[in-house]
Amino acid sequence: MNWSGIKAIYYFEMARAGRTLWQSLVAPVITTSLYFVVFGSAIGGRMTDMAGVDYASFIVPGLILLSVLTQSIFNASFGIYFPKFTGTIYELLSAPISPIETVIAYVGAAVSKSVVLALVTLLTATLFVPVQIAHPVLMVIALILISTAFCLLGFAIGIWAKNFEQLQVVPLLVVTPLTFLGGVFYSTAALGEPWRTVIHANPILYLVSGFRWTFFEIVDVPLTASIAALALSIALPLAVIVWIFKTGYRLKS
Amino acid sequence: MSEPILSIKGLTKVYGSGQEALKGVDLDIMPGEIFALLGPNGAGKTTLISIVCGIVTASGGTVTVAGHDNRTHFRAARTLVGLVPQELTTDAFETVWATVSFSRGLFGKPRDDKKIEDILRRLSLWDKRKAKMMELSGGMKRRVMIAKALSHEPALLFLDEPTAGVDVELRRDMWEMVRKLRADGTTVVLTTHYIEEAEEMADRVGVIRQGELVALGDKAELMQRMGKKTLKIALDEPLATVPPELDEWGPVLEDDGYTLCYRFDSHAETTGIGGLMRRIDTLNLGYKDLSTQQSSLEDIFVSLVHGERDAA
Repeated sequence: MNWSGIKAIYYFEMARAGRTLWQSLVAPVITTSLYFVVFGSAIGGRMTDMAGVDYASFIVPGLILLSVLTQSIFNASFGIYFPKFTGTIYELLSAPISPIETVIAYVGAAVSKSVVLALVTLLTATLFVPVQIAHPVLMVIALILISTAFCLLGFAIGIWAKNFEQLQVVPLLVVTPLTFLGGVFYSTAALGEPWRTVIHANPILYLVSGFRWTFFEIVDVPLTASIAALALSIALPLAVIVWIFKTGYRLKS
Repeated sequence: MSEPILSIKGLTKVYGSGQEALKGVDLDIMPGEIFALLGPNGAGKTTLISIVCGIVTASGGTVTVAGHDNRTHFRAARTLVGLVPQELTTDAFETVWATVSFSRGLFGKPRDDKKIEDILRRLSLWDKRKAKMMELSGGMKRRVMIAKALSHEPALLFLDEPTAGVDVELRRDMWEMVRKLRADGTTVVLTTHYIEEAEEMADRVGVIRQGELVALGDKAELMQRMGKKTLKIALDEPLATVPPELDEWGPVLEDDGYTLCYRFDSHAETTGIGGLMRRIDTLNLGYKDLSTQQSSLEDIFVSLVHGERDAA
């Protein structure tokens, strides 16, 4: 293993996050805080409990994921797209570093940023609402795995994208709507038919439900379904990345 | 005789568009030499370098670096190779120090601040180590590209058009730096459009045309083998046309008829000079000066890329 190479990319990416702290950390935290103010304090006070949990607290796991999913994709896709855009990708391609090492480095850095963002968002949430975490260790594990899944997806998007617009298409037009509709602000029990059934086609519902379980031990879908969805969320982009490196798709001519 | 540090056998490349960029190139580069790869735009120079460095996938053939196949043993092969690409591709927001240190780590070398300092000082970049890349001039960026390529101490360095777009002073500096690198034991392969550059620095020269290596050899030997000499006869009186009695030598007129030029092969058994001069005397053509001129590498290059191998 080229550990020096992995470290070099990892620290390079983390240093870039440090230089863009407003964009990578402060902005998402402010946005999430606004959600807490509006949905938690202003509207939440008028809402009934969700599955026995105070509404303002209920939305905390979902809001963390809302931020983590989009930022995971953005950070990982930007990390690999930017060298392509500037042309410095030549150095990565000519270095004695294997595809798996490259993925570990870029995705590892993006996951680290996402986990830090999630924990800061969680801390921010505690300023607005009481938050209990039934299974803190599982919560962190779930957080890391969900971040990994979406960082892998972001990495694949970063290689696929030919311009900045394409880089934004999936997070803005696919992931964000699916996350909003994935039970961030409500329990599926609150929905009438046919939406209650339709919403089960949304993979993010399973992730939000599983993540919320680590906080409150309540679920919208069976925990096993959430675990399966999480495994699939990691396996699919990973398979795409393996194919990309095997074929050199949009990396090598 | 030592083993080649780079051995290329039957290298072919056909791009997805169907363009055949390389047509079975064979090339050995020996340790410690400076090799210049000449060729016009689109000849396949950058494709060749890119395949060796792992940036482009070959369609066929093999590349070994110090005996390591660059596909099956890519790690060992790539560790030995450094590349300075033609384009100035840099991380605009990084400092010189950070980007050079990054390159060293990427190539699997442990952190060594002393080594980085040494490289930056050699390239006159030490004072700029804290500057961001976007604050540097084009020439300085070019130096940083070289520093990045040298950061992992490669045994084989590729310089793809290293002096394209740089001023004369910096070009001279680059040449000096390349000579120092060779003195330190680094093998250098450079592509260039500047014949002067190849003539000035290279030990051996290869000329690539439409994906084929059409000439390869020691620079001096190539010039001797393929270069011809020109005898220039400065006439007392200008001629309107070449007298038909001189047709068998095929001389041409220059300088408005004041100079008669005869191209000859100095290594041939007979150069024809004696017969030509006797015929000129017979014709009572007066002349005041005689000189000979060796065809330059540029003449050879131009004739080769135009497919006139025997016309040099």
